[in-house]
Amino acid sequence: MSKLNLDPALVRQARELATAAGEPIVRLARTHTTVSVERAVLRLAGLDGADEDGMPWVNRLADAIRETTGLEHGVALPAWDAMVTGNYPDLRTLAMDAAAGKVQFRLPGGEERETARRAAGRFVEKGLNTIDERRGERDRLLASIGDPPKPWIYLIVATGDIYEDIPQAQAAAREGADIIAVIRSTGQSLLDYVPEGATREGYAGTYATRENFRLMRAALDETSRELGRYVRLTNYASGLCMPEIAALAGLERLDMMLNDCMYGIIFRDINPIRTFIDQRFSRQVHARAGIIINTGEDNYLTTADAVDAAHTVVVSQLLNEYFAHEAGLPDKLLGLGHAFEINPAVPDSFLLELAHALLIRELFPDAPLKYMPPTKHMTGNVFAGYLLDAFFNLCGVMTDQSIILIGMMTEGIHTPFLSDRDLALENVRYVRDAAGRLGESFVPAPDGFVAERARRVLGESIDLLKKIGADGLLTAIGEGTFGVTRRPADGGRGLDGVIERADEYWNPAISELEASQ
Amino acid sequence: MSSVVRPYGDTTGDGRVQVSFTLPVPFGTEEERAVAEGAALQLAGKMGLDPALVVHAKGMGPSFTFFIVYGRVSHLVDLSAITVTPREYPVLPAAEVNLRIRSALGRKLVVVGATIGTDAHTVGIDAILNVKGHAGEKGLEYYREIRVVNMGSQVSVPDLVARARAEEADAVLVSQVVTQRDAHLSNTQEMATAFRLAMGDERPLLVAGGPRFDPNAAEGLGVDRLFGRGTTPREVASYLVHALAPEPDSEEVA
Repeated sequence: MSKLNLDPALVRQARELATAAGEPIVRLARTHTTVSVERAVLRLAGLDGADEDGMPWVNRLADAIRETTGLEHGVALPAWDAMVTGNYPDLRTLAMDAAAGKVQFRLPGGEERETARRAAGRFVEKGLNTIDERRGERDRLLASIGDPPKPWIYLIVATGDIYEDIPQAQAAAREGADIIAVIRSTGQSLLDYVPEGATREGYAGTYATRENFRLMRAALDETSRELGRYVRLTNYASGLCMPEIAALAGLERLDMMLNDCMYGIIFRDINPIRTFIDQRFSRQVHARAGIIINTGEDNYLTTADAVDAAHTVVVSQLLNEYFAHEAGLPDKLLGLGHAFEINPAVPDSFLLELAHALLIRELFPDAPLKYMPPTKHMTGNVFAGYLLDAFFNLCGVMTDQSIILIGMMTEGIHTPFLSDRDLALENVRYVRDAAGRLGESFVPAPDGFVAERARRVLGESIDLLKKIGADGLLTAIGEGTFGVTRRPADGGRGLDGVIERADEYWNPAISELEASQ
Repeated sequence: MSSVVRPYGDTTGDGRVQVSFTLPVPFGTEEERAVAEGAALQLAGKMGLDPALVVHAKGMGPSFTFFIVYGRVSHLVDLSAITVTPREYPVLPAAEVNLRIRSALGRKLVVVGATIGTDAHTVGIDAILNVKGHAGEKGLEYYREIRVVNMGSQVSVPDLVARARAEEADAVLVSQVVTQRDAHLSNTQEMATAFRLAMGDERPLLVAGGPRFDPNAAEGLGVDRLFGRGTTPREVASYLVHALAPEPDSEEVA
């Protein structure tokens, strides 16, 4: 039931405008591929490991093919043609020979093409079957161990060392966390390869690797059984290797992944076109794996003003929703993000936060919304910060947010102390127990401040979407519409990894993922 | 005013303070609780809190306890023994910054900004450079006579040097938020060395900023100025004109 009396025609119009703005981008993604999409195909086909310099074999093989036949036809046909004609026992042996320059790749035709297709299809199908098995495994564990009630409490660990992360994550789960996010090392988003193996060295976070995923998931399975509730694991499908990380997450049963349509563009200066192509593929894989995506709109409010830019959050959410639906993700897997970042010195700041949070809840009634705590206005006064976090928690329960990241009163001072985390959990538990059902009794006055503000933000969102529709989304990003950062379509990192598809382009993973949508 | 003071609770000279900390001790059985409180009191005593009172103790998991302790410290604070490095320049309004640049340089002052190394945080550099600014002050982009090139985050040092050279930068501003393993210090040093090697005395003014910098450590890192927590764009702009656009009638005395 709507508490804000939003005009359904306006809501429909906003979605139509987002679709119109997104469609040209999807056309771009359908007619291009990237080095990382092609490497993800090889990962789904089972190619793991790295050479002695730590460069993954998927990079070696994809690079060798790019240098000879090019990647405009996709990696699959030349790779499996070489597998079949060279009688290779497995992909790794092929990759080793390819890296040594011993393989003559070619684009096969006729019967040989069909043979290569069938071989590639079999390999990739195996990977997708593993993803299906992992998804089934999650469903069974949720049923047998138990799914915690919402809001899910989301906590971050980030030591840089997976073997330190594990006990910290298990302790956090015992303290009440329903979701553990392992923050990545800051440099990883700009690496054009996925590191291998268990890692113990990272800056402000731990590398996302397949082995780290596996180790943490296994540890949390153990803790989930101990606690009688399934603890979800989150990582980041972002940066230059978004498609590959999405594949690894599906293969190792991660449960949620940060995956935003514009975050890498705006905050990591990754080329917009590269991002949109990578994003579409990664979301297709997430859809298959039943992974909840988390979008990153909260980040806009850390650079832009949370009142002035409230409508850019809604616009980005509508775009994220369109791109996600197009890639096959249903509403229940859309963890759209937003944040409590209004300056507490602004009069009525809590009412404004309520209006924004309620607006988003009503625009996306079936999405597991992810609500982020204050960071920008945490001043170092830990007492005031604790109060602000309590108001954040209150706004979260009043507006039925699904995933609540725990606010730390020591935000910006240090990596949370054990006691910071404990106090923060005490804060959210108190609010949830004391006011968890307040939402059902709280209906803003129809023409009061909260409802008016929500309608105004929706109106501003529609205006901005119209402008984006007229100028094009890439132009809007280039002009600094989101997060006050200008990112031109021909700038940023990773553009050299974008390849226009030839007519004969073939990708066994995309064919299968689109067929199963 | 006396130059000797003590902490103030509710009466002059009462010396009362509050501290909180965690000890790796269990807080389960009655005996464990007694030991834990005793441990907290012992630490408080060694910290100079006498008498001390544990007002709150809470077990966190099987092997940790969190404490809040109030107590009286006997230490005296001697205000006359504190040295403060005075700001060597006045903080100017934007109009005056612009005027000084126009009259001293006769062209725009060029600033290249970036976050270097693996640090992905743009919050600091954006707060200083973006028009939006920080703490109610507009950023350097707002100053008519300053041309800002914001290279964003995770910029490599060679790219920064090349860009500074290409833009004929008067000043380079670098932000460092991540401090794990003192990355902010090593990155800043690396940057300063690269500029010295590439441009020698022709190098631009080098300024670094971030929440964990000690403003007194500039020389040791090879930069001209460090800005710490809470720096506003106007302070940075004022420093830039102080260093690069001196007042026409003020002869610098070497």
